[in-house]
Amino acid sequence: MASYRTPLGRARGLGAAKHGVGEWISERVTAVALVPLVLWGVFAVLRLAGADYAGAVAWLTASPLNPTLMVLLVVVSFLHMHGGMRVVIEDYIEKTLSRTGLLLLNLFVCALAGTLAVFSILKVALGGAL
Amino acid sequence: MVQLRLPKNSRVQRGEHHPAPAGATKVKTFKVYRYDPEGTENPRWDTYDVDVDACGPMVLDVLIHIKNTVDPTLSFRRSCREGVCGSCAMNIGGRNTLACTHGHDEVPGAQCQIAPLPHMPVIKDLVPDMTMFYAQYASIEPWLHTTTPEPQTEWLQTPEDRSKIDGLYECILCACCSTSCPSYWWNGEKYLGPAALLQSYRWLVDSRDEATGDRLDDLEDPFKLYRCHTIMNCAQVCPKGLNPAKAIGEIKKMLVDRVV
Repeated sequence: MASYRTPLGRARGLGAAKHGVGEWISERVTAVALVPLVLWGVFAVLRLAGADYAGAVAWLTASPLNPTLMVLLVVVSFLHMHGGMRVVIEDYIEKTLSRTGLLLLNLFVCALAGTLAVFSILKVALGGAL
Repeated sequence: MVQLRLPKNSRVQRGEHHPAPAGATKVKTFKVYRYDPEGTENPRWDTYDVDVDACGPMVLDVLIHIKNTVDPTLSFRRSCREGVCGSCAMNIGGRNTLACTHGHDEVPGAQCQIAPLPHMPVIKDLVPDMTMFYAQYASIEPWLHTTTPEPQTEWLQTPEDRSKIDGLYECILCACCSTSCPSYWWNGEKYLGPAALLQSYRWLVDSRDEATGDRLDDLEDPFKLYRCHTIMNCAQVCPKGLNPAKAIGEIKKMLVDRVV
């Protein structure tokens, strides 16, 4: 026997974290928000399929709505992606160190890629062509 | 990473074959998981050719027949033989169920594979160690919590409120659901599993219980509750036809109701 800890003691463990519902709601809210945003994104890509770079920049700067929706699409996608990847890591990675490491990596990659994308959209939308 | 292959000393090997007796009229092969903790050998699959005309219709009848007439060393739990006690839960034909209510003719093909409940420590043959499963059930404090002084008679409940625990109180704690759940396989120490959560909901929804908020506090946890990803194996295998996945969904809804 590895330990004299009682089964109930093991089952209770460190107790409940008293959070989880926020993440659960955020998964669903981002999923719902992505339905219209992705539809709009597909529409935008189709519209710009034949356009050159100048045409795309012109479309993005034509009204405040296009860059706003573009930023929202990117931000909500990365939030959703971060939540989804976190669940996968928590499910399958058992060792505390590698679990923590991967959770950090997930957060940093999503934050970096998301911020980079937002900054690029703003740069084009506010400053015109690069 | 999740361990995808069993450790070397747990890999199941080919075992003994017990042929059917002479004069058998209807033979079916049963491939049974065998493990002896006192020996040094790996677990093995023994095969038994059984004359199913000579025993009762259920898988449990076949196991009892094997133990009585072929191989007395075979170990398995059984008690009520009518689906009430939950002792004989095991994996039959790749599906968790009760041996006493599952007919051997319900398993298609000439061979029927019988293994202990998946992903549980094995004590011997088909007998799994249920200690943690019961401890997790105990950890949800499955009894009435009240602060109001006890009434002279019963705690009253309307027929409508009583009907809310239908489909919940019938659980026999056989563990078919929890041990069929991949989330429980990967995180069984921290995730409570469908059986304990169904019972949690049974007390959460009981109109007489006064500790609903405390119970929800103790469940709100990324692992204890939110490892459920509605895989639904639990509802598929429950031999009593209950739906733990739905109960877990209701708990998640209660937690949302509290903040929205």
